[in-house]
Amino acid sequence: MAHKTKDEILHDHNNDGVDRRGFLKCMAWAGTGAFCVMQGGVLKSYSMSRLAEMNPQNMKGELSFVQISDSHMGFNKPANPDVAATLQAAVDKINALSAPPEFLLHTGDISHLSKPEEFDSVEQILKSASAKDVFYVPGEHDVLNDDGKQYHERFGKLSQPGGWYSFEKKGVHFVGLVNVMNLKAGGLGTLGNEQLEWLEKDVKHLKSSTPIIVFAHIPLWTVYPEWGWGTEDSAQALAYLKKFGSVTVLNGHIHQTMQKVEGNVTFHTACSTAFPQPKPGEAPSPGPMKVPAEQLRGVLGITDVNYVAGQHALAVVDSSLA
Amino acid sequence: MFIASMIATAVLSFSGVVLEQNEFVTSAQEKPASTAEVKIDNFSFGPAAVTVPVGTTVTWINRDDIPHTVVSTEKVFKSKVLDTDEKFSYTFTKPGEYPYFCSIHPKMTGKVVVQ
Repeated sequence: MAHKTKDEILHDHNNDGVDRRGFLKCMAWAGTGAFCVMQGGVLKSYSMSRLAEMNPQNMKGELSFVQISDSHMGFNKPANPDVAATLQAAVDKINALSAPPEFLLHTGDISHLSKPEEFDSVEQILKSASAKDVFYVPGEHDVLNDDGKQYHERFGKLSQPGGWYSFEKKGVHFVGLVNVMNLKAGGLGTLGNEQLEWLEKDVKHLKSSTPIIVFAHIPLWTVYPEWGWGTEDSAQALAYLKKFGSVTVLNGHIHQTMQKVEGNVTFHTACSTAFPQPKPGEAPSPGPMKVPAEQLRGVLGITDVNYVAGQHALAVVDSSLA
Repeated sequence: MFIASMIATAVLSFSGVVLEQNEFVTSAQEKPASTAEVKIDNFSFGPAAVTVPVGTTVTWINRDDIPHTVVSTEKVFKSKVLDTDEKFSYTFTKPGEYPYFCSIHPKMTGKVVVQ
């Protein structure tokens, strides 16, 4: 359920186990989103959870937006019994930005069980964000039981029948892809031929100097195939993007921040606003992590700093705020 | 299955003593149907392979704190999404091998062998 003000979640009004201490615990690790800003064609990405340490001067650019992910509305297990509160906290941080972002990207697992009331809650909470436009792609939790019918009815107005779409903002070409449908036994995420053909056509006419930002739920690079953290046919998709000087790929699904640079492509994954998952291979399964408060900072995994200044005028920077 | 027992009761009063006679007529008990259970936990099916006789009802129960599904690779059966502690059952009436997986986490696979 949504909480209107921060104060309300400092007390356990709902008898849901989230008192002030519990809430702070959740917030210590709950990824609150990534603030992304294009500066001279360079995309910088900041973890919202450390917003207070940011210098507002460094956050100005020609285009800014916020990526949030994996809100899993409806999840209520001990790892985080109040995912509405942590999503609301992410929105509070967005609203505290000195300059509001142009829009939000939600990289999937909006809901936990694809229930209408779960989608309702997320939409309701995000309505209070300073940025009014939200661009979604589905996670596997959003297309349960109905092959995504409900998701498409709610969020797919701009998209192709399969749910994928693209749009332009201030010279940047954004592509939302769907890789959570028709998953095969033993396999990874899948884009499928129809979507790949569309992508090829979609970017064909663009100049190679156009910055490209691709977003999808499951990582489009192979993070850890043993846990299904990758996409079978992502190499084909990336092949269509080879000619571009600056390509950024934003994903969710793995509930932790990771980044990788490969040639002209920088890959980022965002934290969940709901609960963390273990690092690849460091647990028997990728289930929700119940982490002690003193270890929570480490779970965020935002201490890595990458700065990529290539030959190109366009490059990608990812910064922690440490 | 039990057929409801027929109970005939005669109550006789004699010299202030109450005697109660119950007479039970019970049908011969049928052989119970074969069942098997597969537990879903830690993103895996346990046991990952079960061998059962024809007519067995296999029940999957999700003991994980994340939802899962049970979907036949050859589209023989398909559960709705199972949240924590929810169950799905399917009765296997023909011999054969039935591979299945979780359509949300397709790395999770299992097999039912019906003999």
